[in-house]
Amino acid sequence: MTADYTADEMMSVAAARALHDVRSCFVGIGLPSTGANLARRTLNPDLVLVYEAGAIGAKPPRLPLSIGDGMLGETADAVVGVPEIFNYWVQPGRIEVGFLGAAQIDRFANINTTVIGAYDHPKVRLPGAGGAPEIAASCGEVIVIVRQTPRALVERVDFVTSVGNGPRDRAALGLRGKGPTKVITDLGILEPDATTRELVLTHVHPGVTAEQAIEATGWPLRVAGPQTTEPPTAAELHALRELT
Amino acid sequence: MRTSLPEAIADLVHDGDTVALEGFTHLIPVAAGQEIIRQRRRDLTLVRMTPDIVYDQLIGAGCARKLIFSWGGNPGVGSLHRFREAVERGELEIEEHSHAGMANRYVAAASNLPFAVLRGYTGTSLPEQTDTIKPITCPFTGETLTAVPALDLDVGIIHAQRADTQGNVQLWGQVGVQKETVLGAKRSLVTVEEIVDELTPLPYAVVLPRWVVTRVALVPGGAKPSYAQDYYERDNDAYRAWDATSRDPEAFARWLETL
Repeated sequence: MTADYTADEMMSVAAARALHDVRSCFVGIGLPSTGANLARRTLNPDLVLVYEAGAIGAKPPRLPLSIGDGMLGETADAVVGVPEIFNYWVQPGRIEVGFLGAAQIDRFANINTTVIGAYDHPKVRLPGAGGAPEIAASCGEVIVIVRQTPRALVERVDFVTSVGNGPRDRAALGLRGKGPTKVITDLGILEPDATTRELVLTHVHPGVTAEQAIEATGWPLRVAGPQTTEPPTAAELHALRELT
Repeated sequence: MRTSLPEAIADLVHDGDTVALEGFTHLIPVAAGQEIIRQRRRDLTLVRMTPDIVYDQLIGAGCARKLIFSWGGNPGVGSLHRFREAVERGELEIEEHSHAGMANRYVAAASNLPFAVLRGYTGTSLPEQTDTIKPITCPFTGETLTAVPALDLDVGIIHAQRADTQGNVQLWGQVGVQKETVLGAKRSLVTVEEIVDELTPLPYAVVLPRWVVTRVALVPGGAKPSYAQDYYERDNDAYRAWDATSRDPEAFARWLETL
């Protein structure tokens, strides 16, 4: 890693690039919001950002702290109520990409944002589901962004808040979206294996080794390649720093 | 009927009631929630999609027996520590849903239907923990979908930008589930930024006619530290500062004394 950018900046840039040819994106708050807004300011100015408080086509001038900040509604193409955003926009599969964060994610990309430990006696009570279960079920595909540590990338999540790619088959569950297609971390990118659906390391960011990524993962992470991500360009870094 | 906030809470909110205070980031009825704390209501079942600072305060002050919700955090900041501690200690009963499920429960309540249908929750752990999530077979296609019951609200409380002198209410911007909250509750209270002679039409505005609103109270700033579009901005610093108060039980107790 050079001193020119941080691992978090590389992660946000990789996230933005993953949205380069996407029409519409349902945006979770935090890291997903950073990546999606950067995409709109770099590779994909026409990207439609959808926020669960009802803003469709939001063009925030800076990063919102919360999912329903005023600037989201004020800059949106349309503002709708919360029942409508889920029933008319998410549920029918109208949104191409759901962009989610995670407290825990497992080898099949199931996401937990509910509890660490037992549900009735949690070690850590997390905020809960929010919009994620139906976003993960119904958006065309799901991209997840999470900092890679053995506590976050676990063999099995303590609670399935949002369904990933296995071990149960998504189609058999009646889920219409493709599910998680990329997990972008501060170390690299994981993608599901076409046959086993298990997440494998396909990219490492510049200066990161596959061994580092394996050590930062709570299951025996398999490696395919991996290719090295292109480092952030000056323009990407400039746009990101203006945003944050 | 127009009244003061203390009178409205005294009239409408009783110990043991099921009460929703809604507003999705925008127009959160914070002043009304704090008046419930001042009047020391107990054993409430609190309903809200996104328990926020004011629910952390209500829970920390001991007003709640149960919470029905879908996301409990301080957006962009972290945990609501009074909420989190109460759940981790088993002191607060919870009934947990997703946003889509909660939104549909409000719609069913407003529609006076016993339940709502959605594609949701399938394959998640939520149905194992929440008995108000059930599969249902479509009578037309045979497809398995998910049913969630209507919320059974004694009181629905929202904050709006304005009302006219007759008590018709108007709110705009991101309007969340506020219309459903008022229409879905037996009794309702709307606090407003201002009372005007006449409501002028606005884009995306929701109008609640006076005959579906039980009480209107003039409470300028009643949504702070959340925001009221065209009146004031969200006070993000207050949300960040709440973290320290909420984290430390003694700091919270001191805050409660100043309320």
